Amino acid sequence: MTPTSVVVPNVPIGDAVSDGVDWIKATFRPLLNGISDTMSLLVDSIADLLLLPPALVVVGLFTLLALLVRSWGLAVFTLLGTLLIVSMGMWEPAMETLALVLVATLIAVVVAIPVGILAARNNTVSAVVKPVLDFMQTMPAFVYLVPVVIFFGIGVAPGVAATIVFALPPGVRLTELAIRQVDRETVEAGEAFGGTNRQILRDIQLPLGLPTIMAGVNQVIMLALSMAVVAGLVGAGGLGAEVARAISRVDVALGFEAGLAVVILAIYLDRLTGAIGQPTGRSLVAVLRRRQAATAGSPV
Amino acid sequence: MPAIEANGLTKIFGRRPQRGVKLLAQGADRAQLRREGLTPAVIDATFEVAPGEIFVVMGLSGSGKSTLIRMVNGLLEPTDGVMRIDGQDVTHLSAAALREVRRTKVSMVFQHFALLPHRTVGENAAYPLKLRGVNKVEREARAEEALAMVGLKGWGGSLPSELSGGMRQRVGLARALAAGTDIMLMDEAFSALDPLIRKEMQDQLLELQAELGKTILFITHDLNEAMRLGDRIAMMRDGRIVQVGTAEQILNEPATDYVAQFVADVDRSRVLTAGAVMERPVAVVGPEAGPKAAHKLMREHQTSSLLVTGRDRKVEGLVWEDDVAEAVRTGSEALPVKRDEVVRVAPDAPLADLFPYAAASRAPLAVVNDQGRLEGVIPRVTLLSALAVPGSDSALSPADAPGDDPADGEPVLDTAGAR
Ligand SMILES: Nc1ncnc2c1ncn2[C@@H]1O[C@H](COP(=O)(O)OP(=O)(O)O)[C@@H](O)[C@H]1O
Ligand SMILES: [Mg+2]
Repeated sequence: MTPTSVVVPNVPIGDAVSDGVDWIKATFRPLLNGISDTMSLLVDSIADLLLLPPALVVVGLFTLLALLVRSWGLAVFTLLGTLLIVSMGMWEPAMETLALVLVATLIAVVVAIPVGILAARNNTVSAVVKPVLDFMQTMPAFVYLVPVVIFFGIGVAPGVAATIVFALPPGVRLTELAIRQVDRETVEAGEAFGGTNRQILRDIQLPLGLPTIMAGVNQVIMLALSMAVVAGLVGAGGLGAEVARAISRVDVALGFEAGLAVVILAIYLDRLTGAIGQPTGRSLVAVLRRRQAATAGSPV
Repeated sequence: MPAIEANGLTKIFGRRPQRGVKLLAQGADRAQLRREGLTPAVIDATFEVAPGEIFVVMGLSGSGKSTLIRMVNGLLEPTDGVMRIDGQDVTHLSAAALREVRRTKVSMVFQHFALLPHRTVGENAAYPLKLRGVNKVEREARAEEALAMVGLKGWGGSLPSELSGGMRQRVGLARALAAGTDIMLMDEAFSALDPLIRKEMQDQLLELQAELGKTILFITHDLNEAMRLGDRIAMMRDGRIVQVGTAEQILNEPATDYVAQFVADVDRSRVLTAGAVMERPVAVVGPEAGPKAAHKLMREHQTSSLLVTGRDRKVEGLVWEDDVAEAVRTGSEALPVKRDEVVRVAPDAPLADLFPYAAASRAPLAVVNDQGRLEGVIPRVTLLSALAVPGSDSALSPADAPGDDPADGEPVLDTAGAR
């Protein structure tokens, strides 16, 4: 026996967690199966939808979206980038990954924003939530793949679940920050004129906090994308599966192509969501609106 | 019944603030509370604001003004004491009842305007009505009306970011007016504005107040603003109200050294009126008096001029020593009265408006009431010394004062004939 283990007995935390996981699995099997099926169904239908039209049509739609929401520059990038994905033969896995990211982001945001709002309003909630978020963010991503696989088996569902856990924290944190940093006097104005908490949230805190909340959503998407690739290891399919295959075969070419597709998706999603939180004024929508305002304002 | 009534109102920040109330009752001071980790922001504030009054709370930054005003509409809950609005105790209300008070009785104007940047000016002005569930047509109509009152007719469709600071605060004012409450709280409402804009806003507020008769609790750290606006002023220091009184009372009878020091640098000429500084006329002569009698009076009182008043104390003119001496020498029986050379001022004329006369005429100014009867005189020396603060030898240069406002300079021409 080493001297250390004499003084400090070995506490079997790992075993306890493992037992707990087994217990949860046994007790909630129907619920877990239900969740698993729902998530698979969601991801598969979105992926099917994205893959239903010819790839070039979807490329065109993505390009148009970039132009509408952000700028010509992003539109050009999107066109070239997505065409590159198609030409590398990565279109199908890329759309599967995108579907997984969208579902995970949607669920993460739906959970994160209300939790963030509660944390902003209540210091106790904030104090409880903070260490949980720290735990979720710093625990190595591979570690929660294990219990997640036990709960949901191999496939898309554990991928989505692990992705949500990994991507959720910035959504909560930035929502809390967004609400807390809204100008105190403006919130006071809402109170001083007799607004209810709900009215103040809807009319003042959410609109004024929107850029920060959108920064959080943007972070959620980025983290979801990176986790979605890791989730390929547990059979979530998509680009992650390509990466996993490249690793097992030591196929540099395949690995690089899959990685490049991830990067292109990441930049596209980042710029797109960034523009929603902080409009650039260079989007087609903004340009048209300005032009319309100018003609309406000028004398006939 | 007072519109606002504070009784022993105390607010202490920190953990378990009731400790602080006990300590204060035992005679502890602020420093002792601070050592306990408590901040006494407002201590034992008692005052009443009458309906239709502009009541100004004045004090340096950190003296507790914002804390005090926020207890009026319950944004902060008092640690001790009672606040009443129209006789209703608002310190122990449920959240819903408090909202009702805020919707129907008290509105507020903020230092940094606190407008909703994503809503138009019109929507901002209508916001209190929207919170209250007033339908769109009616609230738009009332918002437009309120905007017109503050001189922003036609700006309803703009965004706040398209407006200057002064205009934004007009929106803040319109929002409070649209709410339609009798009481308005204004926390340093004009402090963020340029001096010129600030003066405009003060004028506008006084106009609106005269028209609408709102009860206004106005907070400022600017004594001149306090004196300009306040029917009464409460001086606050370190959380306590140290004096409540009219501008003149605060200036002329400061309750503590602190107040005295504070008012030391106020532009007294704007606050003091002719009536406040006038003196009893040392001597006057009747029109029937002879030059000899007048000459004797002048020598006795060592003055170079005398006011001539009739039996009803109506000011008829003045006589100069030179003219009287001449009349005595030539044996003339008639008093050489100069009827046009007397400068008559009303008792409520601000001192600042009097400097041009003082500069132009050697004779004292005659303070006369509505019927033209003499109430007092203001010798030049009095005018100058009135600017000096009691207990201090700093005096405002009289040459500077009329320069504040070019229009004040005009009367100089009117009296150019005087010696
Ligand atoms: N929420 C708060 N928590 C703790 N201390 C506060 C709080 N609000 C104000 N104070 C303290 O109370 C005192 C009075 O502040 P305030 O009412 O804002 O003064 P003023 O408006 O006259 O500048 C200051 O010392 C300030 O630091
Ligand atoms: Mg303040």
